[in-house]
Amino acid sequence: MSKTVDDTGDETDQPIGWDGQTLQEMLATSEELLEETDRYYGTETLELKDEDPFTYEQMFARVRGALVNARETALHVSASPIVREIGELSFQLYTPEGDCIAPSTGIIVHVHTGSLAIKYMIEEDYEHERGINPGDIFCNNDNELGNVHTTDVHTIVPIFHDGELVAWADGVTHEVDIGGMTRGHDQVASTSRYEDGLYATCEKIGDDDELYQDWKDRAQRAVRTPMYWDLDEKCRLSGCHMLRTAVEDMIDDVGVEQFKQFSREAIEEGRITLEERVKERLFPGTYRDASFMPVPFEEAGWKPTSQQNMLNHLPVEMEVFADGSLSVDMEGASPPGPHPYNSAAGSMQGGLWVSLTQCLLHDGKVNDGSYFAVDTNFPEGSVVNPQDPSRSYHTSWGSIMPSYNAVWKNLSRGFFARGFREEVVTGYSETGDTLQGGGQFDATEEYFPVGPFDLSCQGLGASAVRDGLDHGYAMWNPEADMGDIEEWEIVEWGLPYLGRELKPNTAGHGKYRGGAGWGALRVVAGASDVSLSKHVRPGVSFSTSGLHGGYPQATNYSVRAHETDLHDRFDDREQYPTGDRLPEDLDENIDGDIVRTERGLYFPTTFDEGDLVYYHMGGGPGYGDPLERSVERVVADVEEDIYTPDVVERVYGVVGEFDEASRTFDLDEEGTEQSKAEIRERRETESQPASEFWETERERIQDGDVSDPVTWMYSGVLDQSEEWGAQFREFWDLPAEFDME
Amino acid sequence: MATNNDQIEKLIEGELSWQELRNDVLPDPKDQQRFETTRAVLQSSVDWDNPILVPLNDHLYVVGTDEGRKVKADCGAVLCDAGENWKMHTDVRVREDSDELEELYTTWMSPDEDWTFQLREFFCPNCYEQLDVEAVPAGYPILQKFDPDIDTFYEDWQDELAPDKR
Repeated sequence: MSKTVDDTGDETDQPIGWDGQTLQEMLATSEELLEETDRYYGTETLELKDEDPFTYEQMFARVRGALVNARETALHVSASPIVREIGELSFQLYTPEGDCIAPSTGIIVHVHTGSLAIKYMIEEDYEHERGINPGDIFCNNDNELGNVHTTDVHTIVPIFHDGELVAWADGVTHEVDIGGMTRGHDQVASTSRYEDGLYATCEKIGDDDELYQDWKDRAQRAVRTPMYWDLDEKCRLSGCHMLRTAVEDMIDDVGVEQFKQFSREAIEEGRITLEERVKERLFPGTYRDASFMPVPFEEAGWKPTSQQNMLNHLPVEMEVFADGSLSVDMEGASPPGPHPYNSAAGSMQGGLWVSLTQCLLHDGKVNDGSYFAVDTNFPEGSVVNPQDPSRSYHTSWGSIMPSYNAVWKNLSRGFFARGFREEVVTGYSETGDTLQGGGQFDATEEYFPVGPFDLSCQGLGASAVRDGLDHGYAMWNPEADMGDIEEWEIVEWGLPYLGRELKPNTAGHGKYRGGAGWGALRVVAGASDVSLSKHVRPGVSFSTSGLHGGYPQATNYSVRAHETDLHDRFDDREQYPTGDRLPEDLDENIDGDIVRTERGLYFPTTFDEGDLVYYHMGGGPGYGDPLERSVERVVADVEEDIYTPDVVERVYGVVGEFDEASRTFDLDEEGTEQSKAEIRERRETESQPASEFWETERERIQDGDVSDPVTWMYSGVLDQSEEWGAQFREFWDLPAEFDME
Repeated sequence: MATNNDQIEKLIEGELSWQELRNDVLPDPKDQQRFETTRAVLQSSVDWDNPILVPLNDHLYVVGTDEGRKVKADCGAVLCDAGENWKMHTDVRVREDSDELEELYTTWMSPDEDWTFQLREFFCPNCYEQLDVEAVPAGYPILQKFDPDIDTFYEDWQDELAPDKR
């Protein structure tokens, strides 16, 4: 047994767990009691809460206050606008076993990822092999051990009282650059761990509250933006230390035994709250949905292994049980692949938390108690749980976000069944990454990173009683906002904006439409050695559906312009482009080499002075039959540039004359009535009984008459999951030996 | 917050004001009688007498009948038994080619037809309301998206028999 150091600095062999236990013993006891009793730590009654509710609630409020205070204060230490402006950070407090007592606001997707990292350290016996002492500092961004994606970095600090570990503080920030194979924070080109960049694997990076010099050197030399890295690390560490002080003060006030009791009761209350909320809001039964992630790398990919078009299958079956517990089962998910969208099980659990806190538990005690009430199956060896550290996990959101679009729809079917139509959300636009990269700013000869987080304003899906929020939502950080253009230009010196504008025809159609997206155009100015990549998804195919007759949102495309005549236009005071409001608008006001594809992404590409980059963010899915949308709302949609007149005539049957100058739509009531009737008649004449469709589609499958990426999907899943394969073959009445190659 | 029948009627019709939605309907705690109020409002809105057991979407319900539990549309069409996948009893239109998809979306903002991705529009075979739209790759099974456990809901959660058993 290695020595550990107590509060006085003396070496001791005493275990650091409670009541003379080691951390491994505490973790084993916790897991056994949960298994035996279905209650967190076997907590039968919430004694403190029941007997002294005021003190209990005061303690929870104090912990939450300390967490939020740590976040809101520490973010000012950071210089990165991703952290400081958008708030891509969070802090969490854990029990000695690594169970989250409470999170701060912010990227609370990390409620459970920090938990996994702490449990890893316990299971690997850091207590004895590495030492866990007051003042120690640990770091993790290794995804399979407890992280969402490589660029999120955790700083973890133990909190001691009289030689006992009473809690852990964890702070996470999203880095602007993590030193991978290409510039940027969420790489698209990375196909394996060896291209991902800097990894810290539950590493001790300091003691006595000081970071090790060799760690600081290693990390800062490994990333392209050492100043941002340094200040982000100080931000995380200072927040953890603020949290540690707050816990120590609380223990001084209430005593350590009451703090311990509170820790466990708060988590058990979280578990109870989720089950109660399920019974209140959902309907028992089985829910099914599926999402898809197109990976159009045949032309775009760099490495030979990734140069293929792939389609990831992300099915979600959920069950609501009689006791109020939930299950989330992704049996049938695709195998992992040579792309950056592989997602560790902990990342998927993180996605579950950030979803449940918005859909179901927005006012409860959100912590790991909810985790214990949900049974998850992210199949081992699949893209949502590869169990393979050699994979790239750089952009795991490419699996998380589509998957939870399916979860939200499943939950929404339950809300609808119970009459809570206002809680229905059809999903959201999946963010992707607008632009990433960097270059050298000529005036200062310094490197500037590009990673604007204005991507945090997407279209939200519709509910069953109103339209989705326009350009104002991000699934992963519900508090995020777009940030002023100037905030991004402060950092991204060589890439000023030419415009931001609403993007028409992005919103999913329906009785209630999805929220709309937006677009931006930027120009390379006063910079050299500029390399940029774009990664907005999905392009080429849908990833999710609408709900109850509503349609999915539009897909995304890419456009950029090289060798332009922009400077000539400036000199001649001619019109220059400010966006690509309707696809190909850009072309009208610029001459040059315009590259436009249906893929929403391109890999890092060289850009020169005067080159233009455009990106747009998507809309949300729609709800209900578009023919039931009120004509007044459709008229407003046109006048507010949500949809163009030609689209509303074809989809909603609303006819009229639109005057662009005054932005007024003069409704043709008779024409509208006739148009709606024609759309309904066409439904009858152009449809066929589902049983006939089943026959023809079955023949098509047997003939293998589907695209290569769709074949890739079925082939991989049939090989991966016997269970899903059996369901597939049963539905299409195919022989047991049927396969797709 | 407590809501009344009038508010729930307006909620279902999409006519509730933002003020009422924000102040009375969205906040927690929710009204505990919401399911029964909704069920009563929906029951009064249809022209048939089979008891609604659970609404599936804007136009479909699981109802009790003398022949057992069925999936029934508000227009009166009975699609199938309650446990079946009702979509297999609808009429379907499939959009897969670019010209079909671009009727709904503009050029560059709809799927690449070479990827064989489909929009499947499921219509009521009687009134042609659009009941669901699937966005899936060709060959994907038609999912039964919600299979409610009706008796558990009524007997375990509501502490009463389902209306068709009372």
